[in-house]
Amino acid sequence: MTRTRPPLSLTTAAVAGAAFLLLPLVSLADRTPWHSLPHLLTTTSAVTALRLSLECSLGALALSLVVGVPLAWLLARVDFRGKSVLRAAVTLPLVLPPVVGGVALLLAFGRHGVIPLSLAFTTWGAILAEAFVALPFLVLAVEGALLGIDERYDDVAATLGSGTTRTFFRVTLPMVLPALAAGSALAWARALGEFGATITFAGNLPGSTQTLPLDVYLTLQNDPDAAVALSTLLLALSLVVLVAMRSRWRLTR
Amino acid sequence: MTNVTTIDLRASVGTFTVHVAAECKPGDVVAVVGPNGAGKSTFLRALAGLIPATGTLTVGGVDVLDRPPARRHVGWVPQDGALFPHLTALDNVAFGLRGRQGRPAAQRWLDRLGIGDLAHRRPAALSGGQAQKVALARALAREPRVLLLDEPLAALDVEARTDVRRSLRAHLGDFDGVTMLVTHDPVDVMTLASRVLALDAGAVVQDSTVTGVTTAPRTPWLAALMGSNGFYARTAAGALALDGGGVLVAADMPAGDGVDVLAVVPAHAVAVHRGRPEGSARNVWPATVRDLAVVGGRVRVTLGGAPTVLADVTTAAAADLGLAEGVDVWASVKATEVTVVVL
Repeated sequence: MTRTRPPLSLTTAAVAGAAFLLLPLVSLADRTPWHSLPHLLTTTSAVTALRLSLECSLGALALSLVVGVPLAWLLARVDFRGKSVLRAAVTLPLVLPPVVGGVALLLAFGRHGVIPLSLAFTTWGAILAEAFVALPFLVLAVEGALLGIDERYDDVAATLGSGTTRTFFRVTLPMVLPALAAGSALAWARALGEFGATITFAGNLPGSTQTLPLDVYLTLQNDPDAAVALSTLLLALSLVVLVAMRSRWRLTR
Repeated sequence: MTNVTTIDLRASVGTFTVHVAAECKPGDVVAVVGPNGAGKSTFLRALAGLIPATGTLTVGGVDVLDRPPARRHVGWVPQDGALFPHLTALDNVAFGLRGRQGRPAAQRWLDRLGIGDLAHRRPAALSGGQAQKVALARALAREPRVLLLDEPLAALDVEARTDVRRSLRAHLGDFDGVTMLVTHDPVDVMTLASRVLALDAGAVVQDSTVTGVTTAPRTPWLAALMGSNGFYARTAAGALALDGGGVLVAADMPAGDGVDVLAVVPAHAVAVHRGRPEGSARNVWPATVRDLAVVGGRVRVTLGGAPTVLADVTTAAAADLGLAEGVDVWASVKATEVTVVVL
């Protein structure tokens, strides 16, 4: 096999791009106070933020699963008017500035919102804000997988006496499980890192809405070492998700 | 008769409409044949209740047209089987069976098809032929009154095809319901079917025994399926004027002029010569070799002329005659070899 030599101009730009992505991460690792890391990550405020982050992100993931899988099914399998509008709406949080999402949530579910649930500035509000930005990742992954499944499986199941609900749980869902896992990992990672929508809709109350990213931002002002330590923790969690997804991709190929 | 299955169905997909009427007895194995796009799969899906249809459908004397697929007593084996990839062979078969007896019954069905030892394999670990047998077991396990097989052998290699065909032959023989078998293979028609239902452009063009189709096909496509040439023609002055050009003489001619017929000439009855033949054949015309293909040890030659025919010659004869694309030859057919089917 012959390989063409890549042109120098492209190679240079690509190397610059790689450096641009890697350098900040290397800097973060370099500045991490590794010897005091155990101490910095076990302070009361860090543990509180970490626990809250896990609760909120897992809550957001659960919420995304409960409404996201049916949404994906609806988009993939049912023809109805306004489907393209719904799909656009589902995709919108991917590109919407999170702070705008927070404002919108405030207007919808805030104390004076369209549905005044008084969720703003509560832990439930933080969960809702995170679910808002995480949901598209899950829906798009599952919808893509559903579209890839031959509908003959549904038809066969029907001739074998299976109702729609049973077919969904015994045939369709197991077949999209890999995509569901990948979508869940992405959605969870997105929820864990959520900042803009959370601080706008849920505020920044230690113990109830101050998640890790918010804590990092505040701590950076007066305790840079602690902020770097928390950042390293978030980076590590992201890497874990990435590695888990890589092995999943290998499995499905 | 309450055991008769009566079909008079009309189903539409987009602007395409299929209308099939037929009456079947228990044990009938009906080969559903026709060109691509004739409506075979649509007909099967309408029978299974997977697409809406109007008309009549009584299975064993019971009207099932308004019932969902699950309650029609119809088993469907789609192309390639469509086994659930995440379930073992056993769980695939047991999927349609309810209750505690499901798995033992599924195992018995796999045993009957000779693949009991594969029960715990996933479809990905099964060969094409094995998967097709599991799909068959899955449909039969629900003891349907009507079994729909959509090209069950098409995706298999030659060896697996023979094996699954033998299996089908054994189990369709035991099956006391009606089988609808969509196929493109004349071997399936001759070895498995008791009856042929030929569709074209959404309508039935022939409903007869297998012998009926081999001796008196009613369309050129059906004639070709059985290895013959078929020409739409009209009687004129004791001969057959072919719609596509050319004239043929048959030994047995219907009386009168202007009768619409299909002239059937078996490919093996067409003789090929380099010079104008002197023999007794009454149909002789010049032609040009357009295409050559080896089919089952013989050479199938496409001869362009009036009419254009397929001729089967031995490889020795093909070599002897120096047949190649573009070579000018003469074709001849004895009048006794031309069958006339009055339409």
